[in-house]
Amino acid sequence: MLRIERDHNRFKEIVKGRIKKDFKKYISKGEMIGRQSGKTISIPVPQIDLPRFKYGKNQGGVGQGDGDSGDPMNGQPGEGQGAGEDPGQHLLEVDVTLHELAEILGEELELPNIQPKGDRSISDQRDRYTGVRPTGPESLRHFRRTFRRAIKRQISSGTYNPDEPVIIPIRDDFRYRAQKTAPNPQANAVVVYLMDVSGSMGDEQKEIVRIETFWIDTWLRHQYGDLDIRYVVHDAAAREVDRETFFHLRESGGTKISSAYGLLDKILREEYSAMDWNIYAFHFSDGDNWGSGDTELCLRLLGDSLLPVMNQFAYGQVESPYGSGQFLKDLRGHFKNTENLVTSHIPDKDRIYDSIREFLGKGR
Amino acid sequence: MEGTDDAMSLPIELANARDEIRGIAKQLGLDFFETVYEVVSGDEMNEVAAYGGFPVRYPHWRFGMEYERLHKSHAYGLSKIYELVINNNPCIAYLQESNEMVDQKLVMAHVYGHCDFFKNNIYFAHTNRRMVDAMANHAAVVRRHMDRIGQERVEAFVDLALSLENLIDPQRVFLDQRPPAPGPAEEEAEEPQVQRIRAKEYLESFVNPPEFIAQQKKKLAEEKERRRRFPERPERDILLFLLYYAPLERWQQDIIEIVRNESYYFLPQMQTKVMNEGWASYWHSRIMTEHVLEDSEVVDYADHCAGVFSMPPGQFNPYKVGLELWRDIERRWDRGQFGKEWEECDDYETRLHWNTEANKGREKLFEVRRLYNDVTFIDTFLTPDFCDRAQLFVYKWNERTRRLEISDREFRHIKEQLLFSLTNAGQPIIRVEDGNFDNRGELLLIHDFQGVELDVNYARDTLRNLALIWNRPCHIRTQLGEKEKLFTHDGTDFREKVLDR
Repeated sequence: MLRIERDHNRFKEIVKGRIKKDFKKYISKGEMIGRQSGKTISIPVPQIDLPRFKYGKNQGGVGQGDGDSGDPMNGQPGEGQGAGEDPGQHLLEVDVTLHELAEILGEELELPNIQPKGDRSISDQRDRYTGVRPTGPESLRHFRRTFRRAIKRQISSGTYNPDEPVIIPIRDDFRYRAQKTAPNPQANAVVVYLMDVSGSMGDEQKEIVRIETFWIDTWLRHQYGDLDIRYVVHDAAAREVDRETFFHLRESGGTKISSAYGLLDKILREEYSAMDWNIYAFHFSDGDNWGSGDTELCLRLLGDSLLPVMNQFAYGQVESPYGSGQFLKDLRGHFKNTENLVTSHIPDKDRIYDSIREFLGKGR
Repeated sequence: MEGTDDAMSLPIELANARDEIRGIAKQLGLDFFETVYEVVSGDEMNEVAAYGGFPVRYPHWRFGMEYERLHKSHAYGLSKIYELVINNNPCIAYLQESNEMVDQKLVMAHVYGHCDFFKNNIYFAHTNRRMVDAMANHAAVVRRHMDRIGQERVEAFVDLALSLENLIDPQRVFLDQRPPAPGPAEEEAEEPQVQRIRAKEYLESFVNPPEFIAQQKKKLAEEKERRRRFPERPERDILLFLLYYAPLERWQQDIIEIVRNESYYFLPQMQTKVMNEGWASYWHSRIMTEHVLEDSEVVDYADHCAGVFSMPPGQFNPYKVGLELWRDIERRWDRGQFGKEWEECDDYETRLHWNTEANKGREKLFEVRRLYNDVTFIDTFLTPDFCDRAQLFVYKWNERTRRLEISDREFRHIKEQLLFSLTNAGQPIIRVEDGNFDNRGELLLIHDFQGVELDVNYARDTLRNLALIWNRPCHIRTQLGEKEKLFTHDGTDFREKVLDR
């Protein structure tokens, strides 16, 4: 009926443009993660407004109601709270679906689409008659819906006579069954996050990991539609935990990376066959490992049993005051030309942008 | 086929209610354009409202933004638009499908109040009563330019023009529609002479005293100087000024003209918000309670009225204040509480029981609705008694505690504050002072400072937009705190400097 859709889309385009413009800033800020609800995420964008000459904050006004001189106006912060007093900088909360966000991420970082492996990538489609539409072949006419619409119309236009209930559908009333194509689940994917929680990993490092995982989740989910996510923490020993624990657990003590890789190997072997699953693992650590013997073991596990079954193994090294960073060098030295292993060095939040590109840029 | 006629007409119950209410409204003396009602769904209402009530507007994202806002707050149950009516002949009013019958009646009664106001209030006299068509034409023009020049470019220019849309002159609608004071005239050949009154020589120094002649000479010189200025007089209709003097292409002129035209159309609605809503409320209340309301509907009606006239603590509700002022006027003129004697009487008892049975209330109501706008309405009819009864107060920004605080309940202050916030529809008053500032073709605006500062962030961006249209640096003189300032924008950079006084 109206042209609002066009203007609304144009507005959304502009908003997305704003988000894109500042995407680098958004990527390294943790603030977005807290704003997720269901399938949408609410992003604070600087108010999109047409500027005009207008009065500033010292305007004052007339109100109605009870109150004495010096009482605060309703809804105003109490004395001394300066929050939000800066006029003209209102934030517009824009809801963006994770899907759209992933699209922006892909466009901005120029991420290639992933080519899923295995037969399961050929998605199965089936047509089912579940919908209704206003046009179609007579053989598919939905008798009941058609008459329901006709009677509705007649009642509302006052031409329905209860004593002589003759209902004559007109062209506009006709409804037809419509088929909808239901795609079967496409390729399955699992992502396992591994994180070093030994004493040398501080809060700042964990924040980086949290932000990285958010974007990786967003992208992989966008690519696969559905995603299994598992979390493994390790210090000298490894165990599987839930999401909450993963980000908040803090242990002390040494680091044995091989323990985590061993557990990963076990999880994959028991639950995710390489035939049916696209498998990803992301390991975050400060690069401190307990002696070269354990590193040897890690390299062997990776080379012999992990890398052959995985789409990609990613190692991200955050920088902590305590870590030596040796593990990154070892990995890079050992797997020089291995396609499905990527490493990234993330010294601070500003590097998150580049590291995500490194992790996801291969399209595997 | 069951034609379009049927689709357009109202469902039978609504049509009956409309006929009844229309009849009553006529009987009560309301005089309105024919009114066409359309029933729309909740979301259609949001769409229509986003377009300011018009089914067809030029394409622009801000309508989409408004729609998004309305749609969301509607979806979350924060707001619902009951009624929407546009000033047109015929008036077009929208009824929300999901309203209950009693609401629909209320809305119709309310709408006839608005329509009567549109038709009869003098501030609406200049508005185009075929605005639906005009808006559609505007849309066609903008769309044509978009096809020809490209959506991006046209949209970018519409953005610029819209950010100046409040820079019009409310008084101009009552003046002739000539272009703003013309540019510098040709140099006059002869020095104008002061007219002397013929007198005998010995009387000369008395009839034409030398001081007077000198004064007149100076005046003439000033006059000449003024004529050399551009614009001759400071011009408030900045959009019109740009239309004539900014270096614009034809399509850009079209767009400024459209924005300006629509601005003037919407202006009286901002000038009469309190009056108009109060007037419509007064009449819906009378029509409903005296005539239309059925017993079973009373509770719902009262409930909804309570919602409309509620006073959220500390806020100003134009429906409520407007309605009460109208009732106050009717009561006062019915009881003769006006004129010299009334004003001079200060005995409480006498005033309380004052009743001359003048019965002029009705007459006065209709007179006021024809001749006043919000500013003159408040100025004339706001009384200390009324402020007391309505519990009005003034609030101010407290720099120390950094919050808005109730300042006082002094009648004088309330009136001052109200008048201030209603003057120029609450917008700062800004004029073009000089179109050839510093003799460099730059534009100088002056903000008529009344104690409230401009929002600097917004002013900066607006000035940039103006500079992009004027194609030369633009300046605005205003005041921040105690200091007189000059803001300058040349389209890329912003400067500000303190002016010496």
